[in-house]
Amino acid sequence: MVERGRAPPGAAPPPPPRVRPVIYREAGQFKTTYASDQAIFPIVQDKWVVTVAVAAALLVPPLLASEYWLQAVLIPFLIYAMAAIGLNLLTGYAGQLSLGTGGFMAVGGYAAFKLTTAFPWLNIIVVFVLAGVIAALVGLVFGIPSLRIKGFYLAVATLAAQFFLIWLFNKVAWFTNYASSGTITAPPRTIAGVMVTGPLATAGARYVAALALVALGALVAKNLVRGRIGRSWMAMRDRDIAAEIIGIRPLRTKLLAFGISSFYCGVAGAEYVFLYLGSAETSAFDIALSFLVLFMVIIGGLGSILGSFLGAAFIVLVPIFLTNAPHLLHLPMPVALQKQIELMVFGGLIIFFLIVEPHGLARLWQIAKEKLRLWPFPH
Amino acid sequence: MTLRACSIALLAVLVAAGPALAPAPVVAQGKDVFIPLLVYRTGPFAPSGIPIANGFVDYFTLLNERDGGINGVKITWEECETQYDTKQGVECYERLKGRGAALVNPYSTGISYQLIPKAPVDKVPVFSMGYGMSASSDGRWFPWVFNFPTNYWSQASAVIRYIATQEGGLEKLKGKKIAHVFHNSPYGKEANPTLEELSRKYQFELTLLPVDTPGQEQKSTWLQVRKLNPDWIFMSGWGVMNQVAVKEAAATGFKMDHFIGNWWSSSDADVVPAGDGAKGYKGATFHAPGTNFKVHSEIVKHVYDKGKGAGKKEEMGSPLYNRGVVNAMFSAEAIRTAMKGARGQAPTAEQMRWGFENLNLTEKRLEEIGMKGFTHPIKVTCEDHEGSGPVLIEQWDGKKWNIVSDWIQPMKDVVRPKIEAAAVEEGKKLGYTQRDCSKEK
Repeated sequence: MVERGRAPPGAAPPPPPRVRPVIYREAGQFKTTYASDQAIFPIVQDKWVVTVAVAAALLVPPLLASEYWLQAVLIPFLIYAMAAIGLNLLTGYAGQLSLGTGGFMAVGGYAAFKLTTAFPWLNIIVVFVLAGVIAALVGLVFGIPSLRIKGFYLAVATLAAQFFLIWLFNKVAWFTNYASSGTITAPPRTIAGVMVTGPLATAGARYVAALALVALGALVAKNLVRGRIGRSWMAMRDRDIAAEIIGIRPLRTKLLAFGISSFYCGVAGAEYVFLYLGSAETSAFDIALSFLVLFMVIIGGLGSILGSFLGAAFIVLVPIFLTNAPHLLHLPMPVALQKQIELMVFGGLIIFFLIVEPHGLARLWQIAKEKLRLWPFPH
Repeated sequence: MTLRACSIALLAVLVAAGPALAPAPVVAQGKDVFIPLLVYRTGPFAPSGIPIANGFVDYFTLLNERDGGINGVKITWEECETQYDTKQGVECYERLKGRGAALVNPYSTGISYQLIPKAPVDKVPVFSMGYGMSASSDGRWFPWVFNFPTNYWSQASAVIRYIATQEGGLEKLKGKKIAHVFHNSPYGKEANPTLEELSRKYQFELTLLPVDTPGQEQKSTWLQVRKLNPDWIFMSGWGVMNQVAVKEAAATGFKMDHFIGNWWSSSDADVVPAGDGAKGYKGATFHAPGTNFKVHSEIVKHVYDKGKGAGKKEEMGSPLYNRGVVNAMFSAEAIRTAMKGARGQAPTAEQMRWGFENLNLTEKRLEEIGMKGFTHPIKVTCEDHEGSGPVLIEQWDGKKWNIVSDWIQPMKDVVRPKIEAAAVEEGKKLGYTQRDCSKEK
């Protein structure tokens, strides 16, 4: 496609002798309404790319991907992305450092289990949403200290939430319906006649359910952070006193961030048990999970919805790549050595990316987009 | 290119290529028997995981080297590192099951719970030897899961019986104080319901003392022990928790010969760190420790002397190494049963399940494979996937483990009804129905 319409004033005139295609440029796309000006993707190409990507994600993997891909790669990726969006709202947008993600996810997982065993007729999606609401309420309670303490001190307070919640689910047998082993198992549930949880649910059905939830969640989150709530979060993050002076109420803003973030984490936790693991014990939600999601947010990019996906992809896919690489290169290697190399390379990559781009992978994407907008012209 | 551009390129390649590099599932070749081995040679549980994995691999290597496999069918296997982590274990299973896995040994209660619902769908028998879900011992509800030779509940009842014989009879248990120190996880909690029932039946005073994972910090637990001053302590520990507990018990001055670990709490790694303090500590087991068996000399001759050993020759004979050998032997015998004498043909998934269910390991067969006295004969049936095998008590003398008891029968009259009740409950959770064993052959 060649450049259409008039060049914007001040744009460099294209070199006349050669016609080079400019594929990514908003020139000629005029905004005539407020609605189009405020669209999530103001550039038409972005909209196409995202629409095609979502459609492809919905259609291609369930038809083509093997069960290994779906079960071990794509489903955990989508669920982690959901949790990362939740934490990103809290830490990336509202600036409240939290180490309680695993605990809030556990609330979601156990709440969904209790709800669906108590009310088997309840649609599983409704169960997930209610589990998210319960996690949000728990998040509100643990968000109260954020009014007084900040930064690392808040991290320690949320760490207490993590340990307390895990202890609670381990201690009180009611949460597991008095299962002697303390394990919760996802019972078989259907959506519109298609089995989505339980051992007989196909990986494809579970994948589509996870994708639908995360797509919807991302859309809502993107709109939240573009609107009044997101702006008040960012104001609070950047300078809380200044935000207070311009009329943003810290109590409501911070608690809202905790509540909404925990809602996402709760839904992710419910998915984690019902769509991914199938059965879980408290150790599935231990502190390591909290750190994992925090790393996703940091590597992906604080304050970016796309970054949540990129971070989740990095953390889920790279270890799998590293596990499979020696096989592919036909390097016979003891598994222990392979695992240790994997850990070292993975750690090295995290450090490398943080040095190269402290603002996360989302920033790299943004730079790439800016480059693409200028392409093929250097300036 | 700038560093940034390089990193973008690297990232794109890594992320895009990650799952694409996963080995494409190879359809079962029908020539070999493939066994995925979920091992943990790294991570916090590696000291326990390494000997188990070595025992496994050495026994399979022995069969391949000495006999050319099982009935002429070679055994192939691939190790996959789980770090005893449930998620990594599931990833391993998903990756390896497509290669026609004959069976899977989850080697973690957490992973077992994940694989149990998958077993009938994927048609891969789960063999959780002496661990996993006790309720899965009822083969009518869990046709694809096997946990012979004995499970946690049988073990707990056998340990109580052992305590009773030491005290002078089951009626002497009345009023005795017994504490159960357990890893606060599904695994550690497994024995509790049986112990509670036995404490009601024999009127001993049971105290449950949970230790949170990983169990490096147990001061408060042992303070409680000191206050309580129990007559006996039974422990269901794992990994670092065991050595800390043994050390703490020794420091508390508890009589070590009244401290009994279950079969995951009685390996060398658990007692060596406590030094002389650990002398007298007891453990339950379903196979003998040591290397005084024909199978060990065969392994030395056919595996280590050819330089094909998985570990070091000196490390053979530890309780966990021997457990790996026993586990591999049970697997191999089930495969042999599944073949029904047919040569050169790997069994199908259904045949494998049948082989496990009809495994009848006699004294004579044990002698043939050089394991006489090493473990107890076992017969698996459609109803009973556990076999209710008896238990031995071994004792640490400061240098090695010695067997100090006869084979102790579990209290089947107490355990079996509990298993059947639990199987109904667990089976219903998964939407299973009970099959009629009288219709099976």
